[in-house]
Amino acid sequence: MMENIYMPYLMRIEKVTYEAPGVKTFMLKFVNNDDQNNFNFKAGQFGEYSVYGVGESTFCIASSPTRKGYIECTFRQTGKVTNALAGCEEGSIVGFRGPYGNVFPLDEWKGKNLLFIAGGIALPPMRCVIWNALDLRDNFKDVTIIYGARTVKDLVYKHELQDWEKRRDVKLITTVDPGGESPDWKGEIGFVPTIVEKVAPSSKNTIAIVCGPPVMIKYTFPVLAKLGFADNDIYTTLENRMKCGFGKCGRCNVGKVYVCKDGPVFTLAQLKELPDEY
Amino acid sequence: MTIDKRIVRKEALEKLFEILKQNNRTIFAPVSKNGKTSFKITESYSSIEKDFIQTTQSSKESVFPRTEKILDFTKSKNSLDAKPFDILQVPEVILWGVRPCDAMGMGELSAIFNWDSKDEIYNSRLSKTTIIGFSCFKADESCFCTSVGGNPGNIEGSDILFTRLGESGDWLAEIITEKGVAIVAIAQDIFQKTENQDKNKYLAEVPVKFDRETIRKKLDAFFESEEWVEQSLKCIGCGACAYVCPTCACFDIQDEIHGKSGSRVRCWDSCGISQFTLHTSGHNPRAVQSQRWRQRIMHKFSYMPERLSVYGCTGCGRCSRACPVDMNILEHLISIQEVTL
Repeated sequence: MMENIYMPYLMRIEKVTYEAPGVKTFMLKFVNNDDQNNFNFKAGQFGEYSVYGVGESTFCIASSPTRKGYIECTFRQTGKVTNALAGCEEGSIVGFRGPYGNVFPLDEWKGKNLLFIAGGIALPPMRCVIWNALDLRDNFKDVTIIYGARTVKDLVYKHELQDWEKRRDVKLITTVDPGGESPDWKGEIGFVPTIVEKVAPSSKNTIAIVCGPPVMIKYTFPVLAKLGFADNDIYTTLENRMKCGFGKCGRCNVGKVYVCKDGPVFTLAQLKELPDEY
Repeated sequence: MTIDKRIVRKEALEKLFEILKQNNRTIFAPVSKNGKTSFKITESYSSIEKDFIQTTQSSKESVFPRTEKILDFTKSKNSLDAKPFDILQVPEVILWGVRPCDAMGMGELSAIFNWDSKDEIYNSRLSKTTIIGFSCFKADESCFCTSVGGNPGNIEGSDILFTRLGESGDWLAEIITEKGVAIVAIAQDIFQKTENQDKNKYLAEVPVKFDRETIRKKLDAFFESEEWVEQSLKCIGCGACAYVCPTCACFDIQDEIHGKSGSRVRCWDSCGISQFTLHTSGHNPRAVQSQRWRQRIMHKFSYMPERLSVYGCTGCGRCSRACPVDMNILEHLISIQEVTL
């Protein structure tokens, strides 16, 4: 029996967390127990979140697959659907379809150092991998997180940043753009690529995962190259506008590569094969 | 498999139509009105347009409507009831008078709608559609089926294909699929046994204008070509080419709500429209028209053959006929073939 592939799971908003101006995190639980029991995903995958009557919007699953029984998403209010989502209260029902797309190959990364570099609202797609790795901490060597935002206010997951800061098995460096600091700011001041250069993490036996606005990514890659990172050891996730999530609606392709099916996770080596259409 | 061939006498075709009608089949056939020929529910054989090259719209609407529900919902404060579109509602229909290029397009749509995940709404519409094709006895300068793997008497995609045998007015019927056999079964007397008939001499002449394999290979190294800018200078991004295309399947998903209940609908979209790939942030990966025109050609002649093993063009020529600024895909494909890199 075929199924309607556009049918979302019904999800109840269990908890709403205010992260930063215009940015919220929803903890979502499956309304139907069977749905929850049959649901599996891996770090890096995404879904279509919907407010019935308004529409669907694409973003990653921001929680780790090691945390069972719920998923989380973090979004910024920018368009029609994200504004409607932001207006939803705890207890409301929203839709979720997924998981779609490929995954970060955490199994292949066993025994390696992990370097996470994120900017602004791009920490959520990485948070999934970070917690996934931290929940399987023994599988990896050093874990370094470099995270920057425009201002102190714009940093998301402030409580988790504090947790990571305290952990002895995580090295966290936070930074804000020049002028974005508050009087009591103790982190770095400077753009992410500059801070990466300053911190100069070793590329030896290390995988770099980079997520951020295009301009941050553009200037971070050359820094990583200078530090000796091979293109195959640098990962990122692409975002393109999507409607279906499974290769039919026709808008997310970059050349012959479909972000929804072949991505969203790509290595820099793969990106270099793609035309400049993302 | 050899295809069962039968003769249907000139006057018997109308009888077939009547028999199908008596069997409670809903028949969509080409009807002309105000200079346009389109597939409409047709009650009488006499209202069917017989002397046409191409309908204005392709027959894809029957399997991929311009707007269709994918689910219905009712919402209240903390509860929500959502139901998938009931595929049992999809009616059995007969598409009468489909040109071979449109019938062939069904295979290309099927490749898209079944790429890994199966689209049950599309599949149920296709499975409930019987396609009665009619070979082309005339063509115009926009037609180029023979350059893209088709021909005016191509059986691909039709369940039965009729070819008019010249001045006699009799018809050769090729019974191609089980659905075609089922039609013959309810109208046995109409489909008479025949010696092998050659239909080719009765078909329209459509000269081969280019070689699609050559174009495909050219496109591999053509992404950065200035030719895209040149070709698309006059494109206004209206999307008409996609809407009339028998293989364009790009769609949008939107919600409609009235009071507490509503539907999620899928509707036709086009890669030619500037908002198609626009991010909420304002960033647009295909920011200018030349990138969008490139996408259209590359998708049909490079990406689809590579990813789905089918080309996305059947040479119906509708995009050239419908274009308000006279862009002609045939001219552009020929110039891609001829350009030296």
